[in-house]
Amino acid sequence: MSDNTITVRFFARLREELDTEQLVIEARPGLTAGDVLADLASQGGPWGQLQGDQPVMIAVNQAMAKPGSAVEAGDELAFFPPVTGG
Amino acid sequence: MISIQPGDFDAAAEYAALRASGAGTGAIATFTGLVRDSGDLQGVTGLYLEHYPGMTQQVIQELVDEASKRWDVRKARVIHRVGRLALQDQIVFVGVCSAHRGDAFAACEFIMDALKTSAPFWKKEITSGGEHWVEQKDSDLERSQGWE
Repeated sequence: MSDNTITVRFFARLREELDTEQLVIEARPGLTAGDVLADLASQGGPWGQLQGDQPVMIAVNQAMAKPGSAVEAGDELAFFPPVTGG
Repeated sequence: MISIQPGDFDAAAEYAALRASGAGTGAIATFTGLVRDSGDLQGVTGLYLEHYPGMTQQVIQELVDEASKRWDVRKARVIHRVGRLALQDQIVFVGVCSAHRGDAFAACEFIMDALKTSAPFWKKEITSGGEHWVEQKDSDLERSQGWE
């Protein structure tokens, strides 16, 4: 990817309740997964749940990550509820 | 080998393939998970399983690699289905070949327990009254943490 963007993906209950499968945001220096979560949550409405009582799991480039994990241009960031397979 | 697939699998054929893993194998442990009629809700008639393509495979491979470091694992097979499943359908298969039963049991149980709390799959229960995304269980977390 040559542009300065990060792809953000949502799964399962979050994907349905946010009515969003994926969106694209601008990268900026020092950006973390937690910053993106806070920015999205500040839109209010269903987005508020990203910083609500229910835990949100984070992956960066398809590996488990934490709120403090850095995200850079070209990265794939994902937010989803605790997993329930098996 | 790891497969994520919408279609069903033949557990007998998977067992036969594990059995052909070599003369050093003295034990095979397998686990098969099925769709049952009660979970978070009663009267479940089916499930919908979503996953994160790519990441799912990667996480399960890491679990198999971890199991291979901790126990004697000669061959491992993991199959997990996705999409719509009916009552009593097979959901997941884990099979492990080892020299001895202790390693086969432990590695199979570890992979299954860790898969439930770290592989990105999500179950939605379907009932006649509606649909419900399944919540992660504390008991599953405890089982998984028990291996740390």
